[in-house]
Amino acid sequence: MKKENHNQVALEVHDLTVAYHTRPVLWNIDFEIPPGKLVAIVGPNGAGKSTLLKSILGLLPLSSGWVKIFDNPYRKVRQKVGYVPQRGSVDWDFPTTAIDVVCMGRYGKIGWFRRPKKEDWEAAEKFLAQVEMEKFAHRQISQLSGGQQQRVFLARALAQEADIYFMDEPFAGVDAVTEKAIVRLLEELREQKKTVIVVHHDLQTVKEYFDWILLLNMRLIANGPTEEVYNEDNLRKTYGGRLAILSQAADEVAKGRL
Amino acid sequence: MDWKNEILLFFTNEGMNRRMVLIGSILLGCASGIIGTFALLRRQSLLGDAMAHAALPGVCLMFLITGLKDPFLFLIGACISGFTGALCVIGITRYSRLKNDTAIGLVLSVFFGVGIVLLTYIQQSGAGNQAGLNTFLFGKAASLLQEDVRVMVTMCGLIIFFIVLFYKEFKILSFDPNFGASLGFSIKFLDVFLTSLVVLTVMVGLQAVGVVLMVAMIIIPPAAARQWTEKLERMIIISAFIGALSGALGAILSTLIIKMPTGPVMVLVAAFFLGLSLFFAPNRGLLFSWYRRWSQKRKTRIENILKAIYKVGENSQNYERFIPLNEIKGYFSAPLWLLRLRLRILHLTALVEYHPQEVRLTSVGFEQAKNTVRKHRLWEAYLSNAMDIPHDHVHRDAEEVEHIFSPELTSRLEEYLDSPEHDPHGKSIPNVNGNNCNS
Repeated sequence: MKKENHNQVALEVHDLTVAYHTRPVLWNIDFEIPPGKLVAIVGPNGAGKSTLLKSILGLLPLSSGWVKIFDNPYRKVRQKVGYVPQRGSVDWDFPTTAIDVVCMGRYGKIGWFRRPKKEDWEAAEKFLAQVEMEKFAHRQISQLSGGQQQRVFLARALAQEADIYFMDEPFAGVDAVTEKAIVRLLEELREQKKTVIVVHHDLQTVKEYFDWILLLNMRLIANGPTEEVYNEDNLRKTYGGRLAILSQAADEVAKGRL
Repeated sequence: MDWKNEILLFFTNEGMNRRMVLIGSILLGCASGIIGTFALLRRQSLLGDAMAHAALPGVCLMFLITGLKDPFLFLIGACISGFTGALCVIGITRYSRLKNDTAIGLVLSVFFGVGIVLLTYIQQSGAGNQAGLNTFLFGKAASLLQEDVRVMVTMCGLIIFFIVLFYKEFKILSFDPNFGASLGFSIKFLDVFLTSLVVLTVMVGLQAVGVVLMVAMIIIPPAAARQWTEKLERMIIISAFIGALSGALGAILSTLIIKMPTGPVMVLVAAFFLGLSLFFAPNRGLLFSWYRRWSQKRKTRIENILKAIYKVGENSQNYERFIPLNEIKGYFSAPLWLLRLRLRILHLTALVEYHPQEVRLTSVGFEQAKNTVRKHRLWEAYLSNAMDIPHDHVHRDAEEVEHIFSPELTSRLEEYLDSPEHDPHGKSIPNVNGNNCNS
């Protein structure tokens, strides 16, 4: 029964609307994503890409709509979900080491009050090695380069041993070595039939790296296999000026609600 | 000697009360050091300050209403008005356009003002036994009674217990709350809970340290501890230790010096440890970074001398001969006597052979000089070939990097440039295998 659902749809978002304070950021988002795909969420700045990710993960309150992951509400399938937040969202001068950060990926499985055990540390080491960072395991995290920090974050998500991964701008501001490492990692995850949903900025590489694209600009513009969705018409709709109207509408709604 | 007896009193039967005070101060320092670590990492230190000041009207009101001087009632009064203060900060930040720091400053000063007004009113009305309330301003550990200490011990014990129990949860709350929430930890609960522990610590310390300076006990020990370590567990332990030491020394010193309030003494002791940490800690300490800068300068100076000797040798195509000082002194702005002194030191470290008027490189010195020149010229070649920077712009840059680049970067540069033989000025670039030396 469960298996069948896996085969049909990994992520279903239904009529999702999200507002920051009073300003709507996402309007009536509706889409489904089949399992085993590498998915890019693409759109201009302020399109609500990160917001979409955070609301799927229950980190933001929804104004309306619902989200299902493997046909279940998020809180029932947490153990199957991995998350890579934006690198800039934490203080990298925090007194901790790379391996310790990776070990945090195990905390969900470990549960309240209990401490990480030997096998958790071993797993953390293994996943650090998978992103080629084993040499830096005991480095303080502020002594790592931006790309290395990003790889630590990826290893932490791997340590969650999930079936579906959400990654917020993993390619932002990383060096060429890290970019290659991430691409290789994404391909490995695809081979393991995992679903990976990535907020992505770079239109140049999106066709090359991803087999499914979701175009977003406050509204859903298009959602589907790369070869069907990636065309001039859709890109113009996503990045074009037509949406200025939507942005102005949001402003006026915000004022109206004050 | 008077002070000897005073100290001995801590350890005799009559000193029962003093021992209690000492234990209370140590535990308090310990708890505030631990909880302060999290407050520091979550940038909540100033919120703690606002709440300490906001506690004063609560204490006064409690006394006015009940007329009792019960430490537990005081704690409750302090907590109520402290939390009210915290709610005001949150409310002002959320519902007005004022920023968080403004809100903290507002709440701190207004509540403290109300507290001082009430305190003065109580003193002037001459209501019963009001003298003890003054100690809430700057603290007086010696005024602590057994019941006070018992409350402190219980509270500090609880605080330490909760930190140990929730260690992993508080760590993820402090480092990456969003990720913690995605794992299913209730971040809102943890946030409120940890903040409450900060408030509780501050409130428990009020009578011993005073509302004005209590926050220092949750800021200074962790700030000092951060200097010594890059690991959270160790930071907590060091911070607790510095807190406990400051608490103990503060309590002892303030009983030895008559009429000295405890709070300021504790803070001064803690500040002393902070000073030590800022200067002497490895890696983050000032002394360490001075040393690092100094040794880089020294390396630069030595390599420049070796390089000058190398260049003179290069001009005459003979690195073996002794070079008269006249030929190299033009390379330096330092006076001749200083150059001689430095050469003598290099002689002692076996980098050069130096006799009063002439000098030559030893084989070790020659290798080091060659390496420096190699880095210099490779970088010049890289800048002008790969980056298209004009020839006359590359020298100053190279002067700096020749003392810095690692061997690894240097060989990468060489590989990238395909082992060039000449720099942009036409000088030959020495390579590692030593083609360009005649030794």
